[in-house]
Order: sequence, then structure tokens, then C-alpha cells
Amino acid sequence: MQAVYPPRAVFLDYPLGHTTGKPHEPDLQRDILVQALTHFAAFTEPGSIATLPFQWSDDETWKDTAQRGPDDRLPRYDTPQYQTEEDRRRAEAHDPSCAVCVDKAPLSAG
Amino acid sequence: MSEPVDYIERIREKYETLRFSSYQWVVNEAPPAWQPLKKPLSASRLGLIASGGIYVTGQVAFHYKDDTSFRVIPTDVKTSDLRVTHFAYDFTDARQDPNVVFPIDTLRRLQRDRVIGELSEHAYTFMGGIYSARRVREKLAPQLTERLLADQVDVALLVPV
Repeated sequence: MQAVYPPRAVFLDYPLGHTTGKPHEPDLQRDILVQALTHFAAFTEPGSIATLPFQWSDDETWKDTAQRGPDDRLPRYDTPQYQTEEDRRRAEAHDPSCAVCVDKAPLSAG
Repeated sequence: MSEPVDYIERIREKYETLRFSSYQWVVNEAPPAWQPLKKPLSASRLGLIASGGIYVTGQVAFHYKDDTSFRVIPTDVKTSDLRVTHFAYDFTDARQDPNVVFPIDTLRRLQRDRVIGELSEHAYTFMGGIYSARRVREKLAPQLTERLLADQVDVALLVPV
């Protein structure tokens, strides 16, 4: 975050993939976002970063293994990676009247 | 609370061990552009951008090889129609509840509660695992900026992964 140097930022010390909270905890998610927005409104210096006071778990052993160990990325496939086969079917059918089927990226887009 | 994980350092070590040549991380030296808030958040229109690879069923999903495309997601989308695909983070929880990387229900609630004035009609998403910083800077970022300006948002919230 410091390397990117955005105008305003808040940092939530949660594992990767949980930028705005824990699944199915809407009150926590709300707290996180309200605190983030409150900081944004209060910052006066470009590049300000505030750390939010939430802790993922009592022990922080998740940090010991974060980005350590084997390469756990998925392969860098160059075709669309659908969550479900149903998604694939819908996207390939591409109903022009579908309001959310917009900005379909051509497969060859760079 | 213990120190945050230094991801850049860890990733550098990890991939060095795995015998990859090292990645040139972007480091922005110059201070960013700064615009003071012109009105309180409770009177502001907020635009959401998220890089966690979120799309809506019916849209083409992201691919994993420097995909610089983005998706437009109407902010009245049904949460159960949201999908997640990305190669560089564990999206198990994001697929369970997309709000952890795309806080759409949270923002709709904040609009109802008047913490924000209005959630913009469109949210924008992309798959942030793009190794070419140049293509992000020259193509994707300007396109998203243009969209936010057209939507006349007062505030943009970027949710990275």
C-alpha cells in the first residue's frame, strides 16, 4: 500500500481475499466500511494510511504461512475461467437483451 | 496486534526460491493527486471499483493472463448472481459471500442508513492479477477513470485484493 501511494487508504490486517471483512458477517462488514469511510473523510494529507483495529483471530498464526510455501497460484489460463458451467453457458448464449451482460470482453482483447 | 505481513518481501523470497526471476513491483514516488472532499459523505455519490475478479453470471468471466478488461455491474445486482474468479488468491470465502471483496450489500445498507448519500448506479470490477503495470496505467486505469467521471461520482472506493 505504501508502495502504491494512493491518496487515501485504510489497511485491514486480514488474510488475502478478505479485504472488506469475513463472510456472512454483515455487521462486521458494516463496521469495517464505516470506519474506512470515516477515516477517508478525516484525512488531510495525501498518502494517508490508517490501520483499522480489527483482528482476524486471537492467534495470528495465519501470518506465519501467508505467501510461504509452494506456488499456490492457479495456472494463468488465457481463456475465461467461469465459476460454474452454467455461467459459461449463459455467457456464450449472450442474450442481447440481458442488462448485465455488458462489456463482454472479446477473447482476443489485450 | 502483530505486524502486517510484508507481502512484497515474502513474495520476492518465495519466487526466488522457486527460481523465478524477480518481479519489478511498482513503487510510486510522487505524492498522489489530492482532492479535498467537497461535501460530506452523507451527501456524496460513491463509486465502487474492485479488483478481486468479480463478475455477474451472464458476463464473460476473466481469464488469468494479463486480463485488462473490466466489467460493469449494476449496483442493484442480485448478490446471488455475483461470481468470483482469480488465480492469485483463495476465493473460497469470496464465493461464499462476495461482500468480502465486493461490499455491495454493505454499501447498499450504508446508503439506506445515509452514511453515504448515494451508491453510484454502476460498479466496476477487474481481475487485478495483471503483471504489466504499463497496461494498467495506459489502458485499464484511464478507462475506469473515464467511467467514474461519466457517472459523476464524488468519491471512488477501490477495494483491492
